Amino acid sequence: MPASSSRTDRSARLTRWLVTLPPALFLVVFFLIPALIMAAASFREPGEFGGLAPLAERGFSLDAYRFVLDDVIYAWILAKSFAVAGLTTLLCLVLAYPLAVLIVRSPKRRRDLLVLLVILPFASNFLIRIYAWMIILGPLDLLYSPVAVIVGMVYVHLPFMILPLYTNLEKHDPALLEAAQDLGAGGWARFWCVTWPLSLPGVLSGSALVFIPVLGMFAVPELLGGTGDLLIGNLIKEQFLDNRDWPLGAALSLLLTLAVLAVAGLSSALTRNRGQM
Amino acid sequence: MKRGFWLWAAGLATYAFLYVPLAVVVLFSFNDSELNASWVGFTTRWYGKLLGDADLLQAAANSLLIAIVSSTIATVLGTMAGIALHRWRPPLLPFLVLTPVAMPEILLGVSLLLFFRQVLDLTLGLFSILAAHITFSLGFVAIIVRARLAGMDESIFEAARDLGATPWRTFTRVTFPLIVPGIVAGFLMSFTLSIDDFVITFFVAGVGVTTLPLQIYSLIKVAVTPEVNAISTLLMALTLTLIALALRFAPETLRKSA
Amino acid sequence: MALLEIRNITRRFGSLEAVKDVTLDIEAGEFFTLLGPSGCGKTTILRMIAGFDAPDAGELYLDGRPLAGMPPEKRPVHTVFQSYALFPHLTVAGNIAFPLEMAGRSRDEIRRRTTETLALVHLEDKGDAFPHELSGGQKQRVALARGLVNKPRLLLLDEPLGALDAKLRERMQGELIALQREVGVTFVFVTHAQQEALALSHRIAVMNEGRIEQLDVPEALYSTPKNRFVADFIGTINLIAAAVVEASRHGLRLAAPGLGEIAAPVHGAVAVGSNGALAIRPEHLRISGHADRAGLKNHFAGAVVEYLFLGDVTVYKVRLDNGLLLEALATNAGPGRARFHEIGDRVSVEWRHDAGVFLPD
Repeated sequence: MPASSSRTDRSARLTRWLVTLPPALFLVVFFLIPALIMAAASFREPGEFGGLAPLAERGFSLDAYRFVLDDVIYAWILAKSFAVAGLTTLLCLVLAYPLAVLIVRSPKRRRDLLVLLVILPFASNFLIRIYAWMIILGPLDLLYSPVAVIVGMVYVHLPFMILPLYTNLEKHDPALLEAAQDLGAGGWARFWCVTWPLSLPGVLSGSALVFIPVLGMFAVPELLGGTGDLLIGNLIKEQFLDNRDWPLGAALSLLLTLAVLAVAGLSSALTRNRGQM
Repeated sequence: MKRGFWLWAAGLATYAFLYVPLAVVVLFSFNDSELNASWVGFTTRWYGKLLGDADLLQAAANSLLIAIVSSTIATVLGTMAGIALHRWRPPLLPFLVLTPVAMPEILLGVSLLLFFRQVLDLTLGLFSILAAHITFSLGFVAIIVRARLAGMDESIFEAARDLGATPWRTFTRVTFPLIVPGIVAGFLMSFTLSIDDFVITFFVAGVGVTTLPLQIYSLIKVAVTPEVNAISTLLMALTLTLIALALRFAPETLRKSA
Repeated sequence: MALLEIRNITRRFGSLEAVKDVTLDIEAGEFFTLLGPSGCGKTTILRMIAGFDAPDAGELYLDGRPLAGMPPEKRPVHTVFQSYALFPHLTVAGNIAFPLEMAGRSRDEIRRRTTETLALVHLEDKGDAFPHELSGGQKQRVALARGLVNKPRLLLLDEPLGALDAKLRERMQGELIALQREVGVTFVFVTHAQQEALALSHRIAVMNEGRIEQLDVPEALYSTPKNRFVADFIGTINLIAAAVVEASRHGLRLAAPGLGEIAAPVHGAVAVGSNGALAIRPEHLRISGHADRAGLKNHFAGAVVEYLFLGDVTVYKVRLDNGLLLEALATNAGPGRARFHEIGDRVSVEWRHDAGVFLPD
């Protein structure tokens, strides 16, 4: 016997398609296809006046990748991007952790306000937040330096670390700390043996949320950094808008994508491992 | 207590780190000096100057138009995606919805640039900006709507059917009223994201159309001027209003999205 | 003709058979309970009656008409969900009016019947409250009112008392019985709490692993369980392994290893020589300090190993000399201090020759 009459079955299926298809199609056209095209473009030749050379004339090539591999500057800049992302993540963690703990330890009715205070500056325009540091760092003679880049990166991404940490810490049962104290753990022991290990999923997701966008960031180095502070994001931007070597830009974008996937994969694998503990 | 004191000190320092730069921007927007160096005297002339800047006003109008249109479409599509994600868990949809949200913006920007110029051979402008903004906002709406649905007791939808509501009436009388706060929050979020977006717009705007962030970028790239302080202050006031609205409509989405 | 006829329904989830060939009639006006441990298939049956699930084989008939293919909203069957499933965006009155609106009743009728039903569940002053402002017991009443207001043929109740604390649960049991009597709607109640089932139901189907083990009135289920599962699931029971030595219309003579002969009543046909167990309730056992009386009919000597003073009664655990552990219940009916047997006391456990029931293997 069928679960229900075929008519209600059919209308249920129709509803499902009518709801799912429009957003799915939109994203296939404006996200998936462009992403695939970019992957393909990295194997093409640059056109004479920018763009790509006609496929019929020049076909596919590995030139863009050869170029990247031949010049050590690309590896150096990729490594520097990772270093900046790592340092930014670390500094965000150091700043965010005490604040997240503070918010969680405040009375319940005050917590929402404290969280809101974290989000508010985050909601002001991204360029304004960078610009604010231009005003401050200029007179200190720190503008257009690596320090300015790191300060800007931390400032722009800090809430991405605070919010997941807070969400994680908020879920901890306060009785755990009391139990630890009852069983003889002092303040530091309570932190390192209870709070910190339990907060690792929050640390990991916050780190991924900071690390990944920093890896691709071009605006902060461009506005706050000097000529020597360019990162992979700046290189990509240059290929597309200034040098007009699109295959090279696409190849670099693909490298960035792979780096991001590796970081995201690592973070989710670590989270899963912790879940099994 | 000593430990509590250090925690408070560290926390307050971080809050100061978050707010002092913005306060400086606001302060200098009222400073009667061409330089952002020291306080000279109070003025509102930078705001007056803004009103005379036709390019800036045009950019602001563009941004507003783009934000309204793109967030409306993103809200409709994102709500559908959020419902689909929750109800049917279609295999590819989570990847399509979440990846544009999670990946660095520059990647979406350059791939759309490539797509519009190379494949569609389109003149960049309003259409390309709208398409790009909808693409990244859609995911945020979907996530908020799905979180709202996931927070609900599944059996209320069965209860509606059980008490005589057809699937359509279940949607109009139960599902929709319950996700409205999520939809409103999603719309406000898309609106903020769109009006704020710099990176992606930077790649897909072309030469014809400029938006407020692009205009600000070209200004601060050249020099630090008090005029930018004034725009920034106005924009902050706008975002504050939007957040206040979002909190009114859906206070819990703040915690959910966090 | 029964109100609801369930004919040979089977429901599989992958390789798991949740409901196996169940046939059941539910009569109009009765308070019927599906009782069993979690995963026994009772909730699956309820969902098939409501229309949220459909059997892989078999049929359901309501008032003689097949239910197959009829979506939940078309069935004159309403459900009180375990979580209550009150609509959080509607007031109490809005929740109760919902089924009436869906049925297209006039505004006057909706207002009148909502008011009536609010009074029925004693929530006259809560019409404008929202669900989150109510206590557990009040939510429960709103869910009941919402399920009853449009006079369904059947009201399905899915463990509706599970979320309430013990005291409130007891009070709601009383209210449920009174309510069902008042409105006359047929109730199908699902629970894993045997006491609740015994207290509320006209008839109970005890389910296990997708099958009905026994369907009977509560008293019969309790006093004459058909098999070990039912005996064990309902109340507490002692099982004494024994073989039938003699069977006559007056009673059975059983031989229990290490104990000797036991006299037991006859319930249905039992073959001489068959093995099984005598199932006997703790309240049917009596404990006396006269260990020397062992040897009399159905008197056995043992030692107290544990006792639990519960207030109205005391439960003693006694180890008989053959190693068997029995539970006996002594009521503390006499005023003043109840007389306790201490741990280690030699006692005699005794029961009447017509107590218990023999369950063949």
